[in-house]
Amino acid sequence: MASVHRSFWADARRRFMRNRLAVVGLTIVGAICFLALFADLLAPFPYDHAYFDKVLLAPLQHPEHLLGTDEVGRDYLSRLIYGARTSLTVSLLVQALAVLIGVPVGALAGYFGGRLDFVVTRIIDVMTAFPSLLFAILIISVLEGGLTTIIVALGITGWIGITRLTRAQFLTLREREYVLAARALGVPTRTIIFRDLLLNALTPILVAVSFGIPSTIFAEAGLSFIGLGINDPMASWGKMVGVSNAYVRIYWHLALFPTIAIALTMLGFSFLGDGLRDALDPKHDQR
Amino acid sequence: MLIYLARRLTALAFVLLAVSMIVFALMHSVPGGPFDTQQAKLPKAARENIERKYGLDKPVWQQYLNYMSHAVRFDFGIPYQQPQTTVAALIGKTWIVTVQVGIMTILVAFSCGIAAGMIAAYHQNGWLDNIVTFGAMLGVTVPNFVIAMWCILFFGVARQWLPTGGWSNSGACLYGNLLCSDWILPVLAYALAPMAIIARYTRASIVDVLGEDYVRTARAKGLSESRVMRRHVLRNAQIPMVTALGTEIPNLITGSIFIESIFRINGLGKFFVTSTLNRDYPMIMATFLLVALLWGITYMLTDIAYTLIDPRVKLGDKKEG
Repeated sequence: MASVHRSFWADARRRFMRNRLAVVGLTIVGAICFLALFADLLAPFPYDHAYFDKVLLAPLQHPEHLLGTDEVGRDYLSRLIYGARTSLTVSLLVQALAVLIGVPVGALAGYFGGRLDFVVTRIIDVMTAFPSLLFAILIISVLEGGLTTIIVALGITGWIGITRLTRAQFLTLREREYVLAARALGVPTRTIIFRDLLLNALTPILVAVSFGIPSTIFAEAGLSFIGLGINDPMASWGKMVGVSNAYVRIYWHLALFPTIAIALTMLGFSFLGDGLRDALDPKHDQR
Repeated sequence: MLIYLARRLTALAFVLLAVSMIVFALMHSVPGGPFDTQQAKLPKAARENIERKYGLDKPVWQQYLNYMSHAVRFDFGIPYQQPQTTVAALIGKTWIVTVQVGIMTILVAFSCGIAAGMIAAYHQNGWLDNIVTFGAMLGVTVPNFVIAMWCILFFGVARQWLPTGGWSNSGACLYGNLLCSDWILPVLAYALAPMAIIARYTRASIVDVLGEDYVRTARAKGLSESRVMRRHVLRNAQIPMVTALGTEIPNLITGSIFIESIFRINGLGKFFVTSTLNRDYPMIMATFLLVALLWGITYMLTDIAYTLIDPRVKLGDKKEG
């Protein structure tokens, strides 16, 4: 074969597109992002308008409300579409927060070591000493509930994993010869850390973020499900499942649709994450 | 071994101390105490009286020292929501239910998970393997309360075979008020995720071991297939399985919050949620310390279990084991 130059990213894309499950995941995620972005145009009704004369309609019972209405008469299909927006907003912002805190802290601790590293590792030790979900619940109980609180709470617990990963990456990468070469050439430390090293540590961080998104979706849905997350009238799949539990014997559709939405989204993101990992890190053994 | 244990226990004590400080500081950093009820404002004098009774009028650091000096003697104070009992008694009462849920779940998850993983590994790439792999993927990704809701919808609503809530309340029990029909759905929904993870680990580690030279040797010297599996394959495949055990048991502690909530089980998880909603400081502190302690101990026990299963693993820096 003639040697054709292909960049790392082109190679990764080829590997990704060959993976059938990854493409399925990408399609699901794409569809959900589309719903979330254009919820205002796609949803037939506003998510918070209660039609008190049409409470708890079954699916297809009324031509205008395809998936029925909830316990105060809000259109269920519209709420499901807006639920995608809530879910994605929370998970993307939480991951952004985690990266913004976790990457610099982990990078500095891993590169410089010493006292800073000692403090950071102790914080990581303490934060991993109990379930992060419990910690998020604690923060939510201290602050008021709602969208911002849930993002803050999950972000505070979410950066730990990213920090640990970045730190470990930098610990090994800083010993490489190209770092020594860069230092010898007089490249400023800032450039070494945030350009040379960060670019090399990028793929595992990217993979960690892609797995962080579904776990954040799960956390948001779970917290809203037990009544500690998103407040009314915002639509959240988790909260819809939680509320539906009281009506499940008769109004089964209230429980079925949001659970399907959650499951599909989680599956989509997991497939996407698996595909990304296999594409970006071909040496990773599949376990 | 003893030195190693001592070191781990000291580390655990420090972590517990840090956890207690963080929780305490967080709980006291916001305005609003447990006696600011929305419905009826207490008269100022009465409120000050209550606050003095619970020591809430002192500075925070003093409250903390006060609390910790009692906590080391397992006196966690009085829960604000039920002043007639103690925190320790209340946790003890609700804990039993959560432990029952947890033990049943572990039993089901491990027996079924290991069996499924073994079947899948033995019929590698066959249709049985595909079914197990697919089911494991679903179990790992789909949240347990979603699975719980599907179980309720199918077995409880559409078919009405099983009760949809409660714990030991259905009246149809195998033994006293244990092993009741209302145990089935919570345990099933709860066990699926750990079962999936264990099945994956078991399959992967058995597939790994099956390719080893010593397995070929064992077969070549004419050992029966069951003996090869038991003596050579399973024994070596145990190590990754213990990892799964060690990481799954702590996860079960938090997962039960959702399961207890959806199946209306009065266990520790459900109680924890009501305590947080009511800002019941003594309850929250005690639950957090308990969970952190359990986490630390399970991780420590996992590491010790490694040495028992695999004599090649050595703990700490010194030679021991």
